[in-house]
Amino acid sequence: MVPLEEVRGMEIPENIKKRLSIPFEENFYAGHTACQGCGAALGLRYVLKAYGKKAIFTIPACCSTIIAGPWPYSAFGAPLFHTAFETTGAVISGIEAALKAKGYKVKGKDGIMVVGWAGDGGTADIGLQALSGFLERGHDALYIMYDNEAYMNTGIQRSSSTPYGAWTTNTPGGKKHFLEKRHKKKVIDIVIAHKVPYAATASIAFPEDFIRKLKKAQEIPGPSFIQLFAPCPTGWRSPTDKSIELARLAVQTAYFPLFEYENGKYKINMPNPKKEPKPIEEFLKLQGRFKYMTKEDIEVLQEWVLREWEELKKKAEVFG
Amino acid sequence: MPMRKVMKGNEAAAWAAKLAKPKVIAAFPITPSTLVPEKISEFVANGELDAEFIKVESEHSAISACVGASAAGVRAFTATASQGLALMHEILFIAAGMRLPIVMAIGNRALSAPINIWNDWQDTISERDTGWIQFYAENNQEALDLILIAFKVAEDERVLLPAMTGFDAFILTHTVEPVEIPDQELVDEFLGEYKPKHAYLDPKRPITQGTLGFPAHYMEARYKVWEAMENARQVIKEVFEEFEKKFGRKYQMVEEYKTDDAEIVMITMGSLAGTLKEFVDKKREEGVKVGAAKITVYRPFPIEEIRALAKKAKVLAILEKDISFGSGGAVFADVARSLINEKEKPIVLDFIIGLGGRDVTFGQLEEALSIAEKAMKEGVEEEVYWIGLRKEIL
Amino acid sequence: MAESPFKADIERVEKELTEKMTPGAIAYIPGSSVINKTGSWRVFKPEFNKDKCIRCFLCYTYCPEPAIYLDEENYPVFDYDYCKGCGICANECPTKAITMVREVK
Repeated sequence: MVPLEEVRGMEIPENIKKRLSIPFEENFYAGHTACQGCGAALGLRYVLKAYGKKAIFTIPACCSTIIAGPWPYSAFGAPLFHTAFETTGAVISGIEAALKAKGYKVKGKDGIMVVGWAGDGGTADIGLQALSGFLERGHDALYIMYDNEAYMNTGIQRSSSTPYGAWTTNTPGGKKHFLEKRHKKKVIDIVIAHKVPYAATASIAFPEDFIRKLKKAQEIPGPSFIQLFAPCPTGWRSPTDKSIELARLAVQTAYFPLFEYENGKYKINMPNPKKEPKPIEEFLKLQGRFKYMTKEDIEVLQEWVLREWEELKKKAEVFG
Repeated sequence: MPMRKVMKGNEAAAWAAKLAKPKVIAAFPITPSTLVPEKISEFVANGELDAEFIKVESEHSAISACVGASAAGVRAFTATASQGLALMHEILFIAAGMRLPIVMAIGNRALSAPINIWNDWQDTISERDTGWIQFYAENNQEALDLILIAFKVAEDERVLLPAMTGFDAFILTHTVEPVEIPDQELVDEFLGEYKPKHAYLDPKRPITQGTLGFPAHYMEARYKVWEAMENARQVIKEVFEEFEKKFGRKYQMVEEYKTDDAEIVMITMGSLAGTLKEFVDKKREEGVKVGAAKITVYRPFPIEEIRALAKKAKVLAILEKDISFGSGGAVFADVARSLINEKEKPIVLDFIIGLGGRDVTFGQLEEALSIAEKAMKEGVEEEVYWIGLRKEIL
Repeated sequence: MAESPFKADIERVEKELTEKMTPGAIAYIPGSSVINKTGSWRVFKPEFNKDKCIRCFLCYTYCPEPAIYLDEENYPVFDYDYCKGCGICANECPTKAITMVREVK
């Protein structure tokens, strides 16, 4: 993959140069049917830039099924396999095994990347068993969970990755029941409990970091996992132009901190490591799904965010 | 020279898999099929079979991994039974719809509740609409042969559908019988290598499989599966012939036994056919004009063969180990479907028998036969009978 | 004016795409979505002021379609055939060189 830098012969300011590490070639094609401002679609564009045509994708029934297009269309420039909701981990295991049996090089430099791309529902809930099996058996493949924090394709129902206080169509709030009552499930911690060689969080607002992690996932043998924060304007009741801003704020508030877990070591990759997290309210106020939260609700969420953030920092300190 | 060995049905299935040389096997333990993957993992561990063996965490993942492997263009195999097959249900449609010729061995077992590990055919019968070809074996030799045949039929370009071969729990899976293991060279010749043209995931050929099918296209995709299943009739016959030429054992969609002058033909599948033939011999000695027929291929259903058989008899008595509550047995429904527009047709009666491992005795077969004889003389009273029920505990 | 990176693809897809049903309903033509002109979805349209542009590539980088490509001088070109008008480019532009205006149809 040729980086933009080499294609574009111009003098480039230092601060922009980093952005140009993103490969230039597009393998995610326009004309796809994602909603306006879709974080998942942008995520796919980055993954397809990172791996080019040297990847085989598996997508379960989710928004990305629609994004990739109905028959006979495809927005992908790489081979793509659509499968049932809960099977991503198992299907990528089968593909990897088959490629190996055929004598193909899988993972590593110039190897084929076997990539599973599933949403938070398909990963944290219905697909958790197959994910665990895939991680535990040690297949040479990458599982990406694009996290938009609810079942968006079926019309915005809560998943175990939906945060505290969020409105969804099945946590509507009312006289008797509050909105979403449970805190966001830490899928990445479950993944790390498998002692995988490589796991990381990433955000569509930080593509250089995401693409660097994708490359790392390619180099390191064994199963790798990336949880990609991908805002959904439709489900979050947020303006379509705010998707990047929200993804950035999720990181800056430490609601969704960027970090890597590599062979037992934690490393935090925050854009400004010295900076204190911004108040969670900055992230919440741009989204209609949080508009019913009371001051107390916001405090509950804020406390959870900071506690989790402290825990992560401790882990990075002790196992850094 | 082919080798003769005494072995269980499960071992025969494992040998069939070994001979077919699948590149990927993904399986999960379940009684009574566990020995199939166990034996295969021995073959892999000894280097006798060069394959990737994925020890999955469920049957759902077993078939999903096979789907992934087959989509990547290799021969894939799995084995399961009962609840395991039921758990695979969703993915069975996907395998057929995507035209992935996976082969699966089934130790036919009852479904819960109550929990029951013994034999009937409710597991595979319940998957009859998934688009999988279905074979039923009478003995361990047939289990081995029909798995090899399943690969050959499934991978034929006119077909490209997955196939399952069922053999009865414990009666076959755990019972030893002499089995002839064909020569590897001959099997290699018979099967060839699986080289799909329609679908294989390869970066050199960026295709998309399993896309969303809108109402404008879905029916045509399903029709293609129907067409493939219809093509399978001819392909199965050709493969049976080729198999007989190569290995000397004859298979038929429906195997008839002493039917030529029979007034009553009792139809069944699987290992019960062996018992039934003995029963027919006994009744023939007594002068009763009864014959037997064994359905070897249940999907595609042998409609023409059943029509031909029906011309010979006054009563067709179906003996089946499955039930569709609120209707009757599945085989009965298929036989009735085959005859419904025939000008002259025999009486068709359905006997639900041997569920959950209940022994099928000559006494039960006598009971079914006498009901059939009565219907022949006096007309049909009822259509569906449960035979061998312990009425004293009901 | 630079050409859309999908120009060749559109020609290829228009030539090759067929509705003839294949076994397994396989989509054989990669990138065939390009003939689906999603620009018709647009309510707001990005308007570009070249004078303000510092060529930072942010709009190009963050476009989810992608409907922004770069010309020979590395200025963004907006592909209105595909731009759905989400406004991310305008929101992220550090110099306000992009503004969203209501589409007049």
